[in-house]
Amino acid sequence: MKKHLLSAADLSRDDAELVLATAEELRSLADRPIKKLPALRGRTVVNLFFEDSTRTRISFEAAAKRLSADVINFSAKGSSLSKGESLKDTALTLEAMGADAVVVRHWASGAPHLLAHAGWARSSVVNAGDGTHEHPTQALLDAFTMTRHLGSLDGRRVAIVGDVLHSRVARSNALLLTTLGAEVTLVAPPTLLPYGVEGWGVETSYDLDAVLPKADVLMMLRVQRERMNAAFFPSVREYSRRYGVDARRMATLQDHTIVMHPGPMIRGMEISADVADSERSVIVEQVTNGVAVRMAVLYLLLGGSQPAIGGDDA
Amino acid sequence: MTVQPEPVTGNRTVLDSEAVSRSLTRIAHEILERNKGPHDLVLLGIPSRGVPLAQRIAAKLAEVEGTEVPVGSLDVTMYRDDLRMRPARTLLPTQIPPGGIDGRTVVLVDDVLFSGRTIRAALDAMNDVGRPESVQLAVLVDRGHRQLPIRADFVGKNLPTSLVEQVAVRLNETDDQEGVFIK
Repeated sequence: MKKHLLSAADLSRDDAELVLATAEELRSLADRPIKKLPALRGRTVVNLFFEDSTRTRISFEAAAKRLSADVINFSAKGSSLSKGESLKDTALTLEAMGADAVVVRHWASGAPHLLAHAGWARSSVVNAGDGTHEHPTQALLDAFTMTRHLGSLDGRRVAIVGDVLHSRVARSNALLLTTLGAEVTLVAPPTLLPYGVEGWGVETSYDLDAVLPKADVLMMLRVQRERMNAAFFPSVREYSRRYGVDARRMATLQDHTIVMHPGPMIRGMEISADVADSERSVIVEQVTNGVAVRMAVLYLLLGGSQPAIGGDDA
Repeated sequence: MTVQPEPVTGNRTVLDSEAVSRSLTRIAHEILERNKGPHDLVLLGIPSRGVPLAQRIAAKLAEVEGTEVPVGSLDVTMYRDDLRMRPARTLLPTQIPPGGIDGRTVVLVDDVLFSGRTIRAALDAMNDVGRPESVQLAVLVDRGHRQLPIRADFVGKNLPTSLVEQVAVRLNETDDQEGVFIK
């Protein structure tokens, strides 16, 4: 039985389109006086965060609460996790508390996979970002935001620019967007493209200016200096010159092209303030859409007798 | 994304397209009679087939009275009492007309009234949308076998059935076929 969402690759095209269609219906909830639905009444969702996060954790919390689930927040700081408790013991604790779903963010790539498959707990596992591996709900909310602006993604060109090497957002987006029929181009300096990227089924480029005029979506990534253990580029100034988007570069985009950023963004580095605040920028909308998309994921995994989406036999 | 249902063949036709139209005309008149006109009315169809039925009734109301009655849709999926018994189901559109439902007379519209559980779910769903002055129920077919204390105010056709029979409503808007069939 399918019960986890660990990777964007778990989702077939039908699954992904079901999530997007469900999110579209759930988004209208934000305009109603009572922002509450009863679908997950009596279910418990645990947010297990081993790594700092504001928007993802708050977004999952709002999504679960709007579906009437009980939400328990665990963060590494201020809990036994910081005393050296193992992932296994944490999982056993959650199981004992009767968690129906565990939303997990971990600094180690693969931690959600281990949690889902080690047999420690029976709950559904939703990957909310693991190391430099994947962040499937971010990819879903990005795809949702794109379809709201551009319609079907079939044949649409998406440029993902920046620190692809350390970006779980880039990997999940590359997987999901190609599933949905989009053509993805990863743009980064050679040092920031991951090993084995040829197998992702996407184009790569070192030249941002050549990619911009053809793109329907420009997705900027943050340079993740906290994950960098070596010099990947000579200086911030040079990186920004070659791979940052500013008003001059924005002017070469097509009229309908939108600019996205998963946040947190570093203004003046990968994106200039006038681009981030421009009409093309849908960065704030991405956050709003995040709640609807995560509601859709939680509903489809937990709402019925068995999950309607996702991969991995339990 | 919705799966087209099989066209119904080789079954007994209970209402053909003309009979459906006549039933809806009568329901429209009964709604006007009961409410002394179209004022403060809101029609809410329950997806999927309640929505086109609500739109057809609204068109007939407009024909008779010359006023547009607001039409919307109300998805009850998340309010169903059997939600946990089947795989998570696709949500259908909820569209509340701009004027809302507070203080209005809401006429819920559905195709078949059977156990009454869908209507119970609809009443719960409406609770989260607003507080209507009153709620009435219009259905194209009432096939009996109620499991809850719920009844319709306006009925197109009362259809005594056995539990093994299936009643299928098909509408041009959703099915490329029109009529009420029994098998």
